[in-house]
Amino acid sequence: MILENILIYFVIIPLLMLAGLALCRNMNQIRTVMTVLSTILLGLSVYLCVDFLALRAAGNTDPMLYMASWDWYTPLNIKLALGVDGISVLMIMLSAIIVFAGTFASWKIDPLPKNFFLWFALLSMGVFGFFISIDMFTMFMFYEVALIPMYLLIGVWGTGRKEYSAMKLTLMLMGGSAFLMLGLLGIYWHSAPEGAPLTWNILEIAQNGAIDRSWQMYLFPLTFVGFGVLGAMFPFHTWSPDGHACAPTAVSMLHAGVLMKLGGYGCFRISIFLLPEAANELAWVFIILTGISVVYGAFSACVQTDLKYINAYSSVSHCGMVLFAILMLNTTAMTGAILQMLSHGLMTALFFALIGMIYGRTHTRDIREMGGLMKIMPYLGVCYMIAGFASLGLPGLSGFVAEMTIFFGSFQHTDLFHRAFVIAGTSAIVVTAVYILRVVGKILLGPVQDEHHLQLTDATWYERFSTITLIVCIAGIGCFPNWINETIQQSFAPIIRVIEQAAI
Amino acid sequence: MDMTLPLLILVLPITMFLILGLCGMKMSHKLAGTLGTIGMGITAILAYTVAFTYFFSGNPDFVTAEGVRQQFEVFNYDWLAFTPTLIVQLGFLLDPISALMLVVITTISFFVHLYSLGYMHGEKGFQRYYAFLSLFTFSMLGLVVATNIFQMYIFWELVGVSSYLLIGFFYTLPSAVAASKKAFIVTRFADLGFLIGILLLSFFTDTFNFVELTSNPGTTISTLSAGGTFMGCSVVTWALCLIFMGGMGKSAMMPLHIWLPDAMEGPTPVSALIHAATMVVAGVYLIARMFPVYCLDEASMDFIVIIGAITAFYAAVVACAQIDIKRVLAFSTISQIAFMMVSIGAARPELHEGLGYMSGMFHLFTHAMFKALLFLGAGALIHAVHSNNYTDMGGLRKYMPITHWTFLIGCLAIAGIPPFSGFFSKDEMLTAMYDNSMFLGVWMTMVAGLTAFYMFRLYYMIFWWEENPHYKDHKPHDSSWTMSLPLIILAVVSCVSGFIPFGHFVTWNGEPYDIHLKMSVAITSIVVAVVAIALATVLYRKKNDVPAKMANSVKWLWTAANRRFYWDEIYMFVTHKIIFNIICKSIAWFDRHIIDGTMDMFAKVTQKVSYAIRGLQSGSIQTYVLWYFAGAILLGLVVWMMVI
Amino acid sequence: MDLTIMMYLIPSLIMFACGVYGFITRKNLIAILISLELMLNAVDINFVVFNRFLFPGQMEGMFFTMFAIGIAAAETALAIAIIINIFRAVKSVDIREINKMKF
Repeated sequence: MILENILIYFVIIPLLMLAGLALCRNMNQIRTVMTVLSTILLGLSVYLCVDFLALRAAGNTDPMLYMASWDWYTPLNIKLALGVDGISVLMIMLSAIIVFAGTFASWKIDPLPKNFFLWFALLSMGVFGFFISIDMFTMFMFYEVALIPMYLLIGVWGTGRKEYSAMKLTLMLMGGSAFLMLGLLGIYWHSAPEGAPLTWNILEIAQNGAIDRSWQMYLFPLTFVGFGVLGAMFPFHTWSPDGHACAPTAVSMLHAGVLMKLGGYGCFRISIFLLPEAANELAWVFIILTGISVVYGAFSACVQTDLKYINAYSSVSHCGMVLFAILMLNTTAMTGAILQMLSHGLMTALFFALIGMIYGRTHTRDIREMGGLMKIMPYLGVCYMIAGFASLGLPGLSGFVAEMTIFFGSFQHTDLFHRAFVIAGTSAIVVTAVYILRVVGKILLGPVQDEHHLQLTDATWYERFSTITLIVCIAGIGCFPNWINETIQQSFAPIIRVIEQAAI
Repeated sequence: MDMTLPLLILVLPITMFLILGLCGMKMSHKLAGTLGTIGMGITAILAYTVAFTYFFSGNPDFVTAEGVRQQFEVFNYDWLAFTPTLIVQLGFLLDPISALMLVVITTISFFVHLYSLGYMHGEKGFQRYYAFLSLFTFSMLGLVVATNIFQMYIFWELVGVSSYLLIGFFYTLPSAVAASKKAFIVTRFADLGFLIGILLLSFFTDTFNFVELTSNPGTTISTLSAGGTFMGCSVVTWALCLIFMGGMGKSAMMPLHIWLPDAMEGPTPVSALIHAATMVVAGVYLIARMFPVYCLDEASMDFIVIIGAITAFYAAVVACAQIDIKRVLAFSTISQIAFMMVSIGAARPELHEGLGYMSGMFHLFTHAMFKALLFLGAGALIHAVHSNNYTDMGGLRKYMPITHWTFLIGCLAIAGIPPFSGFFSKDEMLTAMYDNSMFLGVWMTMVAGLTAFYMFRLYYMIFWWEENPHYKDHKPHDSSWTMSLPLIILAVVSCVSGFIPFGHFVTWNGEPYDIHLKMSVAITSIVVAVVAIALATVLYRKKNDVPAKMANSVKWLWTAANRRFYWDEIYMFVTHKIIFNIICKSIAWFDRHIIDGTMDMFAKVTQKVSYAIRGLQSGSIQTYVLWYFAGAILLGLVVWMMVI
Repeated sequence: MDLTIMMYLIPSLIMFACGVYGFITRKNLIAILISLELMLNAVDINFVVFNRFLFPGQMEGMFFTMFAIGIAAAETALAIAIIINIFRAVKSVDIREINKMKF
């Protein structure tokens, strides 16, 4: 029975959300529906995580747990196949946290709150669906489900050049999907040895290992670029600054926090896991590109004047780090990549939430027009500083753990090429400090820039709620990283095994 | 040893930080201050207990039957496992230098807490100030008890950030904001070197643990040597020098010293705690911690000595030409830390059982006391006069007797006049340097002379010279007991701490030995100091125009020294003009116009083509039908022709 | 004179051509609808005729035509209803004036 699987509820609850919202008649009802259901999602994800760890502790060593599969369209072997490993569990938890925080961050969304939340719920359904699927086709479908609502969310509720940005974002991501679809179809047609039935199931494909080397060399770039576009890989990152700058708060949060992680997740789950030989062979090309992303994003962020642009470029840098680490193809660096995904997700969500709150008060995002906000709104100022510290990698917050794991993992490669890029990557943390402190110094500290700002008020209760949730998670990962670290390392074992076999 | 006490030493300050940080705004100033001070007092007592247990209990964990002091890990938890073998741990290492540092940090921190009750009285954000002080103390304690180099790096970053927060405490002043930013970024840059050094070190040795690294330094070095060479230097030297680069940043060695003078924008007690006594000596502590490894690599030891010797001299010269009293003290701190660096760098196990190591740590201890004293004294002066510049002071000895006497003791101590503490430690350091090389010894003796000169110049300018006419409107006076008490106690400590038989407590390998004054060195240094003081007395005791004339006769030199030999300008040029304006701006331009432009171009081309063919899509069904029939007929014709 | 197949097909062709011509050129919705009906009826005639001449014993073509006529009637009724509604809204049945579907 389909409802016996816990994973399916991550899709059903957003669907319930949609249904519930459709019935809503006023703002309070909308808020109730969203709060209740996103809390349930959060609770469910925590339960899933605890249960997962308990199963692992009990000695269950299957690569994926909670596996289930139902036929969907038999002629093409498309199935609804579910299953999660430690990484997906953490990703689900991250998404649930951000959906939860995002709900509170858009407490007063205007206009058309109902429609906003409808699209928001659809987006979250896509995200959850992506993380629980192990069937490439359903994975791709959920991926698209998550992308499309972006267009409307930015185009309708955004600010600034929203139509342009929404169009750009959607088109670039769709362009990525086109590559991706080609790659996935290619994998599908070679998914099984001659004569055996073809499959979309990731685990089965990996087990069959039937894709020959020459095909891998075509398919790897296709899938990696396809996912890389969503992971803001240089030079396909330009949707990110414009898109984030124009998106409404909660959408920026969800997009930078979770959606960009879909890219990184797909990269290792499909590109590397299924095409290991090509991954070994071609990693250097993408290491160069992502290495450029890391440094380039950081330097670009230094001269931006719009808060959201700064953050978007910082995301390019940090997400570049994720892909960079994944391409290092060893357990430590890849673990670091996942930690970085979690860390960046939480931290950027916090950043965007705060920027939204500040913008809602000052009606400007230009750092030259603000100053001394710490004095006026100490709560938001402190939160912004914490987010900034997390971003520049202060120990005790999540960014540090992630970056260090990446650096130490990447440094295990002994050749000069890798080393040089690792050192370039480490230098980005200095540049990060520069732009973060520049922003903090300009907008929070110093004398008050604008007399009108003196009348502004500090955070309301729902804003506090949203930010505290994120800060607690950031500090939690930063202070007690080892259990997450172990969970991730365990989950990487099958992938690493495949890579090592391919390298021989 | 029971782990409760050591754990409490760390837990108490961080708890204080959380309490004061989260609920501070709801408390009154008095409550927050008292709470912070009492918390720190308890921490200090605990730290003293631990240190005394370590030194005097005779427990075989701490000291062998032969009297050799041991390194002891009180606890060590796994925090993050990079690989199954390379694990970051958080723990508490007790050995002579960490026990020493526990004492130094908690003592100074407690006095600073107490002193700030008076100094920061009525300031906005008083609670925040105490919260940050607690955070700093926590991080610094965590740093010194680190069991492994990665834990040190973690707390290294944390002290950096607490220093950032405290320098920028008066955050509405743009100068404070700029100074805090500068301090953080410069040290962050240095930490990059530290990090790469750790990466290299841990990659080859596969451990972070200090005990493992230093108990068998030969193995460490040989595994590191397996890395071969890079750009002419061996991996050993690279790793050690890069790690030292972290120390250079924190300890303000040239050329990464530029942040420390600016850091004086912070409240003065903070300068006393962080930028004189504790955080800035972290670099020295780091080298001391890794000493057994360092001393096997000549190249990196030489590097340390060269950097230290240049810095010591440079800072002493600059200190002679500063007007802001805190800046003078800041440069004096740089110079003194460089002294310690040189001392440790000059130490060799084969020379006098590594005397330089012991004397460096000894000087770290005495310097922490008398420099904190000087800074707190300066704070009292600034509090009384409301200005940082000695040009606004003069003749204060009559108005502020307590400050005057304690400040004088501090000056005597730093100048190296017996029986004050600075004499003993500096003398040992000089002995070690003479042992290493004659040139080094002479050079550093000269620096010691300069030190005595500029400190007494400062002293006379503040307390003698000519009275500021504004005193009549606002009569300066000694401060409340909370501010005077720390001064008095620290002055007493500075008088007596030189007599501590330091060789019995802190030596590079734990084996105790007696210190002997080497008469030739002692007499030379005393003579040099006395001459320098006499010179300062002649020049600055009474108002006269000789100093001004002297400055005018070598105006370029004086201006250059006053502007700190233009280091800041060079940095400004490199960071702002080159990195910011050229590199960053061009990258941003490239992004907006080339990459984004390409993407937009795709869209534009598509749009152009669409416009070109959009006439076909008129929207009128009748036109479509016409085309449809035309097409159908054409198709029919084609088929017909083919059939025929 | 025997009735040959051409005698049916030529009028039907003429009807169809008229329908096409009317559909393309007319601007009045009603006229367009009438032209449409003309084409439809021309096709109906063809159905019946081909059935009669090619498969004399079978009735499928006839039935099909009956269906087509029935559906055409319903469709015409619907179309006229729409046209009446459009007329109420825009006071015109000229297709050049009906270029917006949003009301």
